[in-house]
Amino acid sequence: MSVAPSDVNFSDEQMLGFYRDMLRIRRIEERIGDDAKAGNIPGAVHLYIGQEAVGVGFCSQLTDDDWIASTHRGHGHYLAKGGDSKLLMAEIYGRETGMCKGHGGSMHVADFSKGIIGANGIVGAGISIITGAAWAAQMDGKGAVGIAFFGDGAANQGVLCEALNVAVLWKLPVIFVCENNGFSEFSPSSTVTAGNIVDRAKPYGAAHETVDGNDLIAVHQCAARAIKQARAGNGPSLIEARTYRQRGHVEAEASFLGSKYRSDEEVAEWIARDPIPAFAKRVMDAGQASQADLDRIEAEIAAEVTEAVQFAEGSPYPDPAMQGTNYMFA
Amino acid sequence: MAKKRMIQAINEALDGEMAKDPKVVVFGEDVEISLFGDTRGLKDKHGAHRVRNMPISETVMSGMAVGAAAAGYKVVCHMMFGNFMYTGFDSIANQASKLRYMTAGQIALPIVYMGVFGGGRSAAAQHSDAMHPMIMNLGGIKVALPATPADAMGLLRSAIHDPNPVMFLQAAGRGGEQGEVPEGDHVIELGKASTVQEGDDVTVVAIGAMVRPAMRAAQELAKSGVGVELIDPRTVVPLDSAMILESVRKTGRLVVVDEARDMCSAASHIAAICADQCFDALKAPIRRVTVPDVALPYSPPLEKALLPNVASISEAVRRLLGIAAAEGV
Repeated sequence: MSVAPSDVNFSDEQMLGFYRDMLRIRRIEERIGDDAKAGNIPGAVHLYIGQEAVGVGFCSQLTDDDWIASTHRGHGHYLAKGGDSKLLMAEIYGRETGMCKGHGGSMHVADFSKGIIGANGIVGAGISIITGAAWAAQMDGKGAVGIAFFGDGAANQGVLCEALNVAVLWKLPVIFVCENNGFSEFSPSSTVTAGNIVDRAKPYGAAHETVDGNDLIAVHQCAARAIKQARAGNGPSLIEARTYRQRGHVEAEASFLGSKYRSDEEVAEWIARDPIPAFAKRVMDAGQASQADLDRIEAEIAAEVTEAVQFAEGSPYPDPAMQGTNYMFA
Repeated sequence: MAKKRMIQAINEALDGEMAKDPKVVVFGEDVEISLFGDTRGLKDKHGAHRVRNMPISETVMSGMAVGAAAAGYKVVCHMMFGNFMYTGFDSIANQASKLRYMTAGQIALPIVYMGVFGGGRSAAAQHSDAMHPMIMNLGGIKVALPATPADAMGLLRSAIHDPNPVMFLQAAGRGGEQGEVPEGDHVIELGKASTVQEGDDVTVVAIGAMVRPAMRAAQELAKSGVGVELIDPRTVVPLDSAMILESVRKTGRLVVVDEARDMCSAASHIAAICADQCFDALKAPIRRVTVPDVALPYSPPLEKALLPNVASISEAVRRLLGIAAAEGV
């Protein structure tokens, strides 16, 4: 459900901020994708391209005291929650200056000082972790919330049912955000998922809502309701944000997959509904920004990307002599 | 010193640490009523928000412990039976054990996963595992297996405040066993073994509930003039290999008693360390007294036949020394 520009009251500055946050994720990830294809990145990378409106819609309303748990497709959440792009890039490059000093990599970027519990290589794992963090927030009593981002694939892990049950019983300040991007790794969601994911909240009596995950304003408004409810101590929500994974499950998948699991037409159709150009058009149409404003943001982000890559490439690899003992039982 | 039961010692450790530190919280299956008695009374004393019953949902429970610890709490997650940890194993094996390392030590992760372990009670195959070797192999979780009430209290106090996840495994069915417990804030550092008794002829390393039968075996062997040096590692991660190696260098013989199945047991690991690091001191092969590689059966005679006991420990020592049951050294 889309919200007409006239229905929202964000300042020009806020609107440009949303645009910047989404574009920043997009451009950084495009570079990561290019670098992965060029063989400059040691491990697998899973890109968030096409889903930026969800991460930004939620995280733009959080503070460092709020917690998020993310997925293997986690760069976008990390950046949206205020993560540093240089530290991210260095981590993905496997360098000593990375935010996990090269020990975690793309699937494990985390910054606890900013409330980013981390990306996660296990599908669905963030659901239980954020439930615990939300319990901690409830005990702290300062109104902080926890948000777990996960995909439609993770919705088929039993832990979602367990977490909804506890979260409703304990009235935890937690929001379960399912980014339904259409694919469970290489399987179309319809082939592995029965019913509507959002309906899984119903038997537990949890608040629930479906939102157009490609519409930043719609996501923002939906997030605002869920966050307000959680901060007020009124319990959890399950949000299903319908979006689309424009890139593959993993970069370079075409090199090892024997066949296609989706049509080019389907991808093109969703690229036409890309959240970022749509948002740019909305901001311009509403007279809240000029093309010059957008160009300036584009240039600033390009500089940030270059700086992040230079930082990563110029950083040393971690010293193997420290391997295995550093950070273990520290 | 006062005599206390194992369960009472654990209960007092939890109570004492909760009283001292408001960040210590206890949650898990039936912790309010407390099946074993270890968490009994804590809710009334420390509040319903700090002592919470969980549904039987180990998958979310073990992960909640990770999230709450990452967010600043010292979490005691009671999973009742060690076997139930398998249901919640992702968050133990993939999250708790790895999060500090993966994130380059950004945070402390003070979690105590509690549960009872081991056989001897006709609890049958799915309530009797000794799963500590599996946890040892994860690489990021400490493992405490107290054999006495005093050690239970001291190890648990350390475990609660340790910045790493700790698996605290209490021998099932032994909660009523009594022992002297020092007064005051009795604390035992994780990773320090205990020499239960000194001896010159053979080193016996016994783990958890195996310490008691090993002690009886040592007393029986003493009648034959055999001097057993009995070592209780108390924690298998970290393992006080220095103390074990020092003892084996003195005695030249080693028997390891472990309630785990033999394959990749703690006993195999201890045997491997000694073979690697003090082979020159060994006068005889290393012997392991363990459980065969089968599930524990229900019927008492069947179960009893599989678990290490005084007779099988004594027999292992006698064989090492090349003496028959009735003979002396």
